Amino acid sequence: MSENLIRLENVHKDYGGKQVLKSINLSVRDKEFVTLLGPSGCGKTTTLRIIGGFETPTSGVVYFDDQKYNDVPPHKRQVNTVFQRYALFPHLDVFENVAFGLRIRKTPESEVRDSVSKMLRLVNLSGYEKRSVTSLSGGEQQRIAIARALVNRPRVLLLDEPLGALDLKLRKEMQTELKHIQTQLGITFIYVTHDQEEALTMSDTVVVMNRGRIQQIGTPIGIYNEPINAFVADFIGESNIVDGVMNEDLVCTFAGRTFECTDSGFEKDELVDVVIRPEDLKMVPPEDGMLQGVVESIVFKGVHYEMTVRCGDMTWLVHSTLPEVCGTFVGLKVAPFDIHIMRKSEAEDEEN
Amino acid sequence: MKRIKLALIPYSAYALIFIVAPILLILLYSFQDSSGSFTLENYARFFDLSDPVYLKVLWRSIKLAVISTVICLILGYPMAYILSRLPARIRGTVSFLFILPMWMNFLLRTYSWMSLLERTGLINSLIGWFNGILPSALQLPTLDIMYTQWAVVLGNVYNFLPFMILPIYTVLIKIDKSLIEAAQDLGASRGRVFRKVIFPLSLSGVVSGISMTFMPAVTTFVISRLLGGGQNALIGDMIENQFKVVGDWGFGSAMSVILMVLILLTMNVIQRYESENSGGSVLM
Repeated sequence: MSENLIRLENVHKDYGGKQVLKSINLSVRDKEFVTLLGPSGCGKTTTLRIIGGFETPTSGVVYFDDQKYNDVPPHKRQVNTVFQRYALFPHLDVFENVAFGLRIRKTPESEVRDSVSKMLRLVNLSGYEKRSVTSLSGGEQQRIAIARALVNRPRVLLLDEPLGALDLKLRKEMQTELKHIQTQLGITFIYVTHDQEEALTMSDTVVVMNRGRIQQIGTPIGIYNEPINAFVADFIGESNIVDGVMNEDLVCTFAGRTFECTDSGFEKDELVDVVIRPEDLKMVPPEDGMLQGVVESIVFKGVHYEMTVRCGDMTWLVHSTLPEVCGTFVGLKVAPFDIHIMRKSEAEDEEN
Repeated sequence: MKRIKLALIPYSAYALIFIVAPILLILLYSFQDSSGSFTLENYARFFDLSDPVYLKVLWRSIKLAVISTVICLILGYPMAYILSRLPARIRGTVSFLFILPMWMNFLLRTYSWMSLLERTGLINSLIGWFNGILPSALQLPTLDIMYTQWAVVLGNVYNFLPFMILPIYTVLIKIDKSLIEAAQDLGASRGRVFRKVIFPLSLSGVVSGISMTFMPAVTTFVISRLLGGGQNALIGDMIENQFKVVGDWGFGSAMSVILMVLILLTMNVIQRYESENSGGSVLM
């Protein structure tokens, strides 16, 4: 078996002349938890549907275990999908829904019973066999959809925003549970979501997409700490993004003053995006600050306070565990390694 | 709530005057003889086994209605399925074409079949014309089904087919596409998807379709009279005859009641079968 279970090579997809996917190159290792993350319309679901076989790429190749997979119909792929709105069969009860794939493959009855009850136990729904699926809550339907897909022992499970319709608490529970199931069964998961927190908590690898292009592929920590461009920085976590100039290596200018930073390799005086995470801005007495401003608003967020500080015509988002009264004159300090310099996004230039 | 109750008054009044009262009247008539006193004679006459003339007519009506309904289903289901698979913009036009004949008067449509099927009608003229140019070994037989039961079946199918297609089509286009994808995803080929998902989910449409074709087909009297001639009278013809020619309202009412009970029973059986299999139905 090769190291990469699924490989997309230069995949393009057009819908009626509109490009929805542009040169997607993506490799998924066996047993990896990969998340496709991006705003709606970024092409993440289309990518998933191409892997599932519900869409064919306009050009490019999809490999599964080094076999060209482009023309393999969905029912012959070793891939199962958990659909966004569950897509449970309303005319079948819970047992028959889960057993559907096994029955198609003419599995012996005793084995069907064993596998289905094992799966229902895995998703904590033992005893639900004879219930009608329409009588179940959203969370229960979701679990049945997962059991129905997993009972077929797929090599890869595709999940299309599976938790989108659940409330926050249930979503958190299911996140942990899904991750647990994935490690327990050792199945490759490809997960589509627009929720960056979900992506960061569950994945081994996050693929950030925007406007039909992959923006960045990396580990959750890598993507959070080293976003490759302003889009990724903005989409993953919260960020202050301002225009700046890279004067020379390790020196940049933004917000009307010059800062020391840790980036190099830019053209002299190149225009850049400067990204600073709100938690990396420290509130200090005005005389100690690199920037000075007035606290404009403060919101309690549970673990921290979210404040906005107005410095001249710029507003900075600051996270701190210590509150500051609105109207206070404060200083802001940032460490050189917390200033992230990014080239102006090429993709966006091309589009505009 | 109160306002809704108020709004119900006109409808309840309508139902009472035009639906409940006539049915009760028919029930009442069916138990009366010509002098107006209570009798079971009307029913006894219908079920008289020594002279089962009426039972034979009932049997013929049911037989022809069942045959017509089955043919409608065999023709209508694939049509509805194909229609539901067409791209949305063509779909509207095609389903419009199916409804179009219904805009024309029912009698007119049936009369036109008469002139098509007659011994000297359009179809036979065409056959005659072909026979004129074809070698003698390939002579086509003339079509001679006018005033037979097959003409009645043809008339039924022609007139009631849209009532089979439309409910099935309506159910089919409402089936969530992701259910079909889910079935494919779980390993079902096209045929299996149809048998295990699409068809069971369309059963409620099939039941409505059957109800909407069987009921008019079993009660019709115009089609059977125009296309079937005198010797193929159906129960509908008998009822009409009793009211309009013989003037025996009691016997006519009794036959109506029997037919009504029969329809209720059949519908009940079909509905029960359907709700066991998928739950949720359209009619009744």
